[in-house]
Amino acid sequence: MSTAEILGNREYKYGWVTDIESETIPRGLSEDTVRLISAKKDEPEWMLEFRLKAYRNWLTMKEPRKWPNIEYPEVDFQDMIYYSAPKQKATKASLDEVDPELLRTFEKLGIPLSEQKQLAGVAVDAVFDSVSVATTYKEKLRKVGVIFCSFSEAVREHPEIVRKYLGSVVPTNDNFYAALNSAVFSDGSFCFIPKGVRCPMELSTYFRINNSESGQFERTLIVAEESAYVSYLEGCTAPKFDRNQLHAAVVELVALDDAEIKYSTVQNWYAGDEDGKGGIYNFVTKRGKCAGRNSKISWTQVETGSAITWKYPSCILLGDNSIGEFYSVALTNHAQEADTGTKMIHLGKNTRSTIVSKGIAAGRANNSYRGLVKIMPKAENARNYTQCDSMLIGSNCSANTFPYIEVMNNTSRVEHEASTSKISEEQLFYLMQRGISQEDAVSLIINGFCKDVFLQLPMEFAVEATRLLGLKLEGAVG
Amino acid sequence: MLEIRNLHASVDGNEILKGINLTINKGEVHAIMGPNGSGKSTLAKVLAGHPSYEVTGGEVLYYGKNLLDMSPDERAREGVFMAFQYPVEVPGVSNAQFLRLAYNEKQKHLGQEELDPLEFKDLLKEKAALVEMDASFMTRSVNEGFSGGEKKRNEILQMAVLDPKLSVLDETDSGLDIDALRIVAGGVNKLHDPEKAVIVVTHYQRLLNYIVPDFVHVLSAGRIVKEGGKELALELEERGYDWLKNGANKHTAAPVAS
Repeated sequence: MSTAEILGNREYKYGWVTDIESETIPRGLSEDTVRLISAKKDEPEWMLEFRLKAYRNWLTMKEPRKWPNIEYPEVDFQDMIYYSAPKQKATKASLDEVDPELLRTFEKLGIPLSEQKQLAGVAVDAVFDSVSVATTYKEKLRKVGVIFCSFSEAVREHPEIVRKYLGSVVPTNDNFYAALNSAVFSDGSFCFIPKGVRCPMELSTYFRINNSESGQFERTLIVAEESAYVSYLEGCTAPKFDRNQLHAAVVELVALDDAEIKYSTVQNWYAGDEDGKGGIYNFVTKRGKCAGRNSKISWTQVETGSAITWKYPSCILLGDNSIGEFYSVALTNHAQEADTGTKMIHLGKNTRSTIVSKGIAAGRANNSYRGLVKIMPKAENARNYTQCDSMLIGSNCSANTFPYIEVMNNTSRVEHEASTSKISEEQLFYLMQRGISQEDAVSLIINGFCKDVFLQLPMEFAVEATRLLGLKLEGAVG
Repeated sequence: MLEIRNLHASVDGNEILKGINLTINKGEVHAIMGPNGSGKSTLAKVLAGHPSYEVTGGEVLYYGKNLLDMSPDERAREGVFMAFQYPVEVPGVSNAQFLRLAYNEKQKHLGQEELDPLEFKDLLKEKAALVEMDASFMTRSVNEGFSGGEKKRNEILQMAVLDPKLSVLDETDSGLDIDALRIVAGGVNKLHDPEKAVIVVTHYQRLLNYIVPDFVHVLSAGRIVKEGGKELALELEERGYDWLKNGANKHTAAPVAS
């Protein structure tokens, strides 16, 4: 059996569909669609204005087709549904009022929401298609001043904070997909950690796409005030459909003086079948602003799913002495394509950034790292360290590295290291000669390769990520 | 324990082993010697199941079972161990993590108790003393940044942990200074008992001063051309391999009875 075959034979276990009655709006996108979504959510005027401005920007923009190293058919933006929500009461007094079918769906995904079964130590916001269906531990968090709720609720209950920060990191005209998201986003998560508070538990959002015709456009905003700390996790899955679905999210993080935000993702959207049929187009804009002095934002991502991934979680290092980190594992198999990396924009003095990227390609997959390190004239003594490693499994896949480095002062230091390797027959034979099965041997080698990134994940997530890579690799060497 | 009958094997279409016959019983130490390119290492790798080597004829019975039918990991779990001439590096995987996985695979296979990381640490400490390795090696990535001597000691540590019935040491002496050679050989000797067998593949007689063989087999051009006791190794040290090579050529040229 070849490595590629080991990778190939794995069934996607989240591929089922929940049978639930949904309220959807007609296909297509126009100014009326934007107004309709805003009306459905009963939004204030300023929110509608934000959306309309974004929509008008979007109309003038072009899809980024040329520069990313990915290929996919034309996306028909008029042949898509921009809002789909399970039918249920708009506001829920308690979790007991959530449709049991939805609770069952999330329980099956390993995310129990009901009071008795909630995960200890982790508060969860569960997003199903276009809406948030439940958020756990809200009251407990509220007691220490932490606001964790759906984005829609935040717009209703905390408009002053949302208005202040929304679009402050990713402007509505930032890029084609961010503009689209800003016009039609339906829900997502909102976290606010007030001054001096260390969030007592991990916050997390679980995203589930269920409807085969709709895209998911979620919006996440995390604000950490002075000296606040939060660790946030997100996970995502979708059923197996033959047609592609679009997922275009925007995530904005803001860290004030001495604040720290740790953002971890384990992405396992449906990747399409072996021939590349179906799967999610994951076109996501994630960006954090280290606005204050000594602030820190750390992105850790484990990207294993999606037919196509286009994603560059970035840091704007504005505050002096601020720190940006990006740790990434991107695994692509079969016909999957990923063009992912980061941007570290150094503006403040003594700002530091670290980039560790591990790309793994198998099957016919195409895996690219694309990263920008930009050091502006005033960012004196800025430092960056970048390490980019690729591993190839089999001989039909490819890995590419596109590093862009722009340094505009002479007191800064930038280091870049890169390597490409293959799982060798000798390595496998060595491990197998000690009694380890071929599949476990592949898993062990890959997990060793990704170790520097997994060390950054919270414990439970690290275990999940290790297991997930093992599953994805089951069936790939020889 | 092991019965090799008329074994033929090739790599990339070139026949390297041209009919090996060898019987190994419990408690015995066999040395396989021979000039470079004679097929010594090939024999070791074929016994371990290296995928680059194709068996083109003959059979190998291990406790009466067809060894050649088993995958490399099955052979290992059944107690066949090979100490590599060039141990492989596995970045990011600690020695302890790797060894525990291997150990537990074997335990599972034998229906015996698996060890958690703490219990395993104790076992590892005890075994590491055999080859005079200190604890810092256990947390380091497998063979990464190890010196040549450290890699070879690590091989014997693995042998100690996995407690194989049949150990094949492939040129374990190459690249070792005299102190390391003494430590490695000492480890092998301490592990040996009447239930086990060892095959020592080596070019030089030097290692055999420390691991004393019961039988010496000399390989040339893919065949065993001379067999004897430990004194044969000394004779080879003195006379070299050339006189045997000529013999082998003569043998090759002889008409084959059919």
